[in-house]
Amino acid sequence: MKAFWRAFRRNKLALIGGVVVACLFVVAIAAPWLAPWDPHRPDIKRILEPPSRAHWLGTDQIGRDVLSRMLYGSRVSLAVGFVSVGIATAIGILLGAAAGYHGGWVDGSVMRLVDLMLVFPRFFLLLAVLAFLKPSIWTIMAVIGLTGWMGVARLVRAEFLALKEREFVLWSQSIGASATRIIWRHILPNALGPVLVAMTLGIPAAILTESGLSFLGLGVRPPYATWGNILNEGRDAIELAWWQSLYPGLAILVTVLSYNLLGEGIRDALDPRLRQSVGRFGGRGR
Amino acid sequence: MAIPLLIGITFISFLVIHLAPGDPTELIGGDDPVQLQSIEQLRKLYGLDQPMHVQYLGWLKRVAFLDFGRSFQPDGRPVLDKIRERLPVTLLLNLIEMTIILMIAIPIGVRSATHQYSAFDKITTLFVFVGFATPDFWLAVLLQILFGVHLGWLPMSQLRNPMWEYLPFWKQQWDFVSHLVLPIGVATFGGLAGFSRYMRQSMLEVIRQDYIQSARAKGLDERKVIGKHALRNALMPIVTILGLSLPGLIGGSVIVETIFAIPGMGLLMVQSVFARDYPVIMGNLVIVSSLTLFANLVADLTYSLVDPRIRVGRRGRR
Repeated sequence: MKAFWRAFRRNKLALIGGVVVACLFVVAIAAPWLAPWDPHRPDIKRILEPPSRAHWLGTDQIGRDVLSRMLYGSRVSLAVGFVSVGIATAIGILLGAAAGYHGGWVDGSVMRLVDLMLVFPRFFLLLAVLAFLKPSIWTIMAVIGLTGWMGVARLVRAEFLALKEREFVLWSQSIGASATRIIWRHILPNALGPVLVAMTLGIPAAILTESGLSFLGLGVRPPYATWGNILNEGRDAIELAWWQSLYPGLAILVTVLSYNLLGEGIRDALDPRLRQSVGRFGGRGR
Repeated sequence: MAIPLLIGITFISFLVIHLAPGDPTELIGGDDPVQLQSIEQLRKLYGLDQPMHVQYLGWLKRVAFLDFGRSFQPDGRPVLDKIRERLPVTLLLNLIEMTIILMIAIPIGVRSATHQYSAFDKITTLFVFVGFATPDFWLAVLLQILFGVHLGWLPMSQLRNPMWEYLPFWKQQWDFVSHLVLPIGVATFGGLAGFSRYMRQSMLEVIRQDYIQSARAKGLDERKVIGKHALRNALMPIVTILGLSLPGLIGGSVIVETIFAIPGMGLLMVQSVFARDYPVIMGNLVIVSSLTLFANLVADLTYSLVDPRIRVGRRGRR
């Protein structure tokens, strides 16, 4: 742990990423106190106003304050990021652990399922699934989670394959510990490092996916403000109000960038060799 | 390897239909005659009153002959016709994108690997991080605002000028190209970051190998060492990564086609989802993923052509 901190502290970019991520948390929690205006209250007299002292980032088509909407939107992004990555990680750990520990046909079928899921272009699959479901923020979280577990599964499987031959595992097996106990108490704690990295890199990917869906009008619906649907509404005023398009996207960019820097920093500090296995294809939504 | 995956694709797609709470026909709702007709058609198409395995087998049989039923849209055309009309557009766009990505990413990757930690390397690393984090839809909108609205240099959407037929030949070509600049630019941007990164990584690994040292030791020109010996070996993993990132590239066309109103598979998908045009959605999903699988297969085969070592003892992708 100490070695980890020493290595992590030396990485300035990762530190900056961590600080920004922490700030985003504070902003999301404190949104009701930070927001200068009510994000849902229209003001017909102040439609599409450019950034000014009263409205720092301007107003939208029905006179709502863009900054306040973005502050509230950060809550949705964060929630979607965490919950969907939580779902994906849970599925990934369960399937990956089973595949890596038991091997044989379990491993074979889990890996085929992973291959299969990876063949689907993610956005096409997401859209098809969403077409059949009633739209809500929970649906979005579940769907992003259910289509994003494959990386974690592969990773956990690889860790298990390596760890199950180690002495401490063989020893527990020899004294008759059950498979469940060995998996959860002995192997998994040792495999958590890479999983943590995968989660940190998975959150920005989920945020990008959610904002992409909301941008298409198929994600989180109004009146909830999210960065994606502010951008969606901004498209209608694209010729008049650049501020409605510029700032939410910038927020997404900074958020995703910070998480990626933080995640890569944690990875390099944990073990530079992980570079090979974790996050080669991570960090991007689709 | 491919056949079970193909069947798997149809199975997952079939499961998607049954995700809907209760009966997918309930979601269509309403009771005007057109919708009732759609519901009836959907029941018949998927045999929703029969047990699951009968439904699936019946559906599979029709899908095997590429029969996806008819669209729910007023035109009621066969789904396959609609897809056939849109597919070439998406394929063309993705092909151009991929070519451009490789043409730019490979030299960038090689240079930043051979000049590791140089200013060039640092700038491209920065670009890679920003490229990874930039939402493509946002970039697209910003470019539309800049080049379409404020500068007025490039058309903001669609593939052709409405007056296209009346333009002289050369103007027609220019019109087509100018419509492609923004969408291709946006679609290339994200992939560029990834591929230049992989290329750099791959090149770095190769440069450290013994055979590169020995090529240098025998007095070969550095350009020859890099361009011939190193590059060939460094390109091999890129072929695999190309195959693996195909679903991502094709998935990206949903966003790009929607923003720029390009009549491809992605736009068709989004329109069908909004219209709850289930036959088109299912047909789209099955066709797009089967094509991705096919492309993956081609990448795998190419890989074994480029690298004879893996023809022996390599079973599937890891």
